Amino acid sequence: MSLLPFFEWCERTAAGEAIRNSLWLFPVIESFHLLALALIGGAVLVVDLRLLGLVLRRQPLADLAREAQRWLAGGLAVMIVTGLALFSSEAIKCYYNLAFWTKMSALAPAIVFAFTVRRKVAAADESRLRPLWRKLTALVSIALWFVVAASGRWIGFSG
Amino acid sequence: MSLLGFCQWLEKTPWSIALHESLWVYPIVESVHVLTLCWFLGLAVMVDLRLVGLALRRVPVSQVAGQLGPWMVAGFAVMAASGALLFYAIPVRTYLNIFFRIKVGMLALAGVNAWVFQKTVYRRVAKWDLDAAPPRGARLAAWVSLALWVCIVVAGRMIAYNWFDPPGVH
Repeated sequence: MSLLPFFEWCERTAAGEAIRNSLWLFPVIESFHLLALALIGGAVLVVDLRLLGLVLRRQPLADLAREAQRWLAGGLAVMIVTGLALFSSEAIKCYYNLAFWTKMSALAPAIVFAFTVRRKVAAADESRLRPLWRKLTALVSIALWFVVAASGRWIGFSG
Repeated sequence: MSLLGFCQWLEKTPWSIALHESLWVYPIVESVHVLTLCWFLGLAVMVDLRLVGLALRRVPVSQVAGQLGPWMVAGFAVMAASGALLFYAIPVRTYLNIFFRIKVGMLALAGVNAWVFQKTVYRRVAKWDLDAAPPRGARLAAWVSLALWVCIVVAGRMIAYNWFDPPGVH
């Protein structure tokens, strides 16, 4: 089944129409989408740089990760709400946009990875897990979020 | 030469035209600029959140600021360089853009705020390094920083929209 009818329906929603017809709404929502990007970036990077052993080596990893995860979750909430709003205003464009599908294909594993594997690795007893696993986890995390952010920016350039 | 005159001269340099008209390089530079939001600003936000007592409360402030500092400086360098290139690609229109002017003003204020923080309350960080909620001066500097960066990001995003461009400028 094609997803196109669903995308068409999204574009017809009241929110989508209001944003599309307003001069200000799209850029303002976009700005908050970007601010959440910074928050997510910071929360992800602090932990990933620690997993790589590049910063805060003397601080307990589990503590750091638990605190940062809250800000990651908060940032994600803002990101998803503003993202859905932006999407609804141009859903059909997104449907035909390669960057959009690239972003979504990276976003789902990025979120799942952050709240499963990465969370477990960060919470594990540091002396019992080989550093290689921590580094690998950090690299996967950085790579996934990089694709999400870069292809997200690209949605605006293409189509 | 006036600033506008300088921008008009800049706009006619071959590299500026090449960058402006490039199919790939300009979007790539812009993507680099946006992605440094995660890198520089994300880390700066984490430091500010530590200073206001909202994140990483059990990590000494000097550790958060000192260890993330070099990464922030590197990120800022990339951000400033890519930002300069974006300006170079479209100098006159950007110079005349009200949001660009607001952004530059806010950036200067953020710089002053960071400098004052370094020279005053952060000098005595040894006294409050472990406090979950740092002294009022530090919290104030962090809140000011967060507020300014929100304005900088919003204004920065608005530069791309042309509602306030004088007629004939593009």
